[in-house]
Amino acid sequence: MQQEAKLGLILLLTPLLLWLSLLIVIPHIDLLLVSLRERIGVGQYQISFANYLTFFTEPLYVVTFVRTAVMSIVATVLTLLIGFPVAYYIAKMAKGRTQSALFLLCLVPFWVSELVRTFGWMILLRETGIISNLLQHVGLAQGPVEMLYNDAAIMVGLVYTSMLFMVVPLVTTLESLPDEVVEAGYDLGGNGLSVLREIIVPHAMPGIVSGSIVVFMLCLGNYLTPTMLGGKESLWFTELIYSQFIVRFNWELGAAFGFLLLILSSVIVWAMLRLTGQSLEKTMG
Amino acid sequence: MIPSIPQSRLLTTAYKAYVTLFFLFLALPLIVVAAFAFNDSQFPSLPWEGFTWSWFFGSERPMIGVFHERSILRAVGTSVFVAFCVSALSMVVGLTNAFLFNRYKFRGQSLLYVFMLLPLVIPGIVLGISILVATSRVANGLWDGFQWDVEALRPGLWLVILGQFSFITTIATLVIGARLQKFDRTLEEAALNLGAGHLTAIRTVTLPYLAPAMIGAFVVAFLMSFENFNTTLMLVGSDAPLTIAMFDRLKEGSTPLLNAVSLLLMLGSSLLALLMIAFQRKG
Repeated sequence: MQQEAKLGLILLLTPLLLWLSLLIVIPHIDLLLVSLRERIGVGQYQISFANYLTFFTEPLYVVTFVRTAVMSIVATVLTLLIGFPVAYYIAKMAKGRTQSALFLLCLVPFWVSELVRTFGWMILLRETGIISNLLQHVGLAQGPVEMLYNDAAIMVGLVYTSMLFMVVPLVTTLESLPDEVVEAGYDLGGNGLSVLREIIVPHAMPGIVSGSIVVFMLCLGNYLTPTMLGGKESLWFTELIYSQFIVRFNWELGAAFGFLLLILSSVIVWAMLRLTGQSLEKTMG
Repeated sequence: MIPSIPQSRLLTTAYKAYVTLFFLFLALPLIVVAAFAFNDSQFPSLPWEGFTWSWFFGSERPMIGVFHERSILRAVGTSVFVAFCVSALSMVVGLTNAFLFNRYKFRGQSLLYVFMLLPLVIPGIVLGISILVATSRVANGLWDGFQWDVEALRPGLWLVILGQFSFITTIATLVIGARLQKFDRTLEEAALNLGAGHLTAIRTVTLPYLAPAMIGAFVVAFLMSFENFNTTLMLVGSDAPLTIAMFDRLKEGSTPLLNAVSLLLMLGSSLLALLMIAFQRKG
């Protein structure tokens, strides 16, 4: 019996360990090693921090890095602010059929590839697009208006793409908040604002944290939306990684960029968990 | 506010208007993409030139429809193949992982659980390049050492499958694990009392109970693989899956052909989603 259990444990551990070591741990160690080497001749390398130094001495790289981080944070906050009232409506105001229908409607864009969603925004925002035509038709604009290829367009695209990952965890946590608790808040003399601040938001915190983490990660690692909706000046950090790896074939520098992106995302996720006293197992699992 | 607390009419109306606007925002890009698939013009933009099916069934230049465009059809085939492999693999590993974390207690388990979640918080593009770096090191090593050229370790479909599998497995584990958590262990014990062996009990009692979650995991994995972009982009070789093929075309300039493909994608994935929901209702 004891032996059988042990055999079972080993059999079940094998796929997990193979998966994690071969596809996650070892590749990341390799990535780190590549980022730490410098080419000094044909096929000759030495260990150095040259690639990281290149990053810190080239303003374009640093600016792009910081810009990507800041815009991802802004996109996360915007998604939260726009999504929270909707999630609250679905969880607490809508009842029965309407509730499940609205919830399903929120999921619909997720079933469609990100490429299609981005394409939709291109059709809407471009110079010959729907919104430009609409504005001219109403008389708000004289000529065609180009709304694509700028930071605002990237922001719209990011918020749109991420919305689901914010709304779903929010709805789940808000649904578990009993109506009586909110009523009690009002009975005890609270008004809409203080009930929101003291009862609803604290209760929804796990949902807010897990939603924000996922949305932030998706924005930071996004390649498609910034490439398609952004202009020449609005470079995203993932575009730098791609160009180093695929276009210039400078894997050493690209690996360093990849590692910096990984560090940035880990630090922000960790800080978010720390600030709110949550753990990864609780918010993700 | 909740319905049982009276609120001013104005506030409630404003709230409802906001929610309506929100759903309009969600629907707008999809509606636009779908509508322009039927525009009788070379560009997916206004003016509206009249209704046509050509972007689906057209067979002559300049309007070659989806069903006559070989490169798109091949890309769909590639995507389906990749998605099938990824879902099957991640469903199996997800199942073993779920059992491992649910049934066993061992040292380092919670640490391993955190490790299992990690792929979700690694940006897809970083997953892609790290696997690219690791596999090409192995491939180069094999070539230098033994003159073996292992095609599977060079950018191409096998690497795409590995790359997508590396993070979709986490999702599959979570989906199957959630249902296993709710399983009533006494049912299995009853089977054991009735004389079944361990494996028989799991096969005849536990697995049928898990079936809806396993199918759910399969479908979610299929969709995630089908629409994955970042990881795939870094690992793709000469035969591109659909998202990459569409991306390349979109960069060159768009025709309503892409709208037609998109519309078919929307229909396909909503059909899958509906099937899954119907199945889970029953289960």
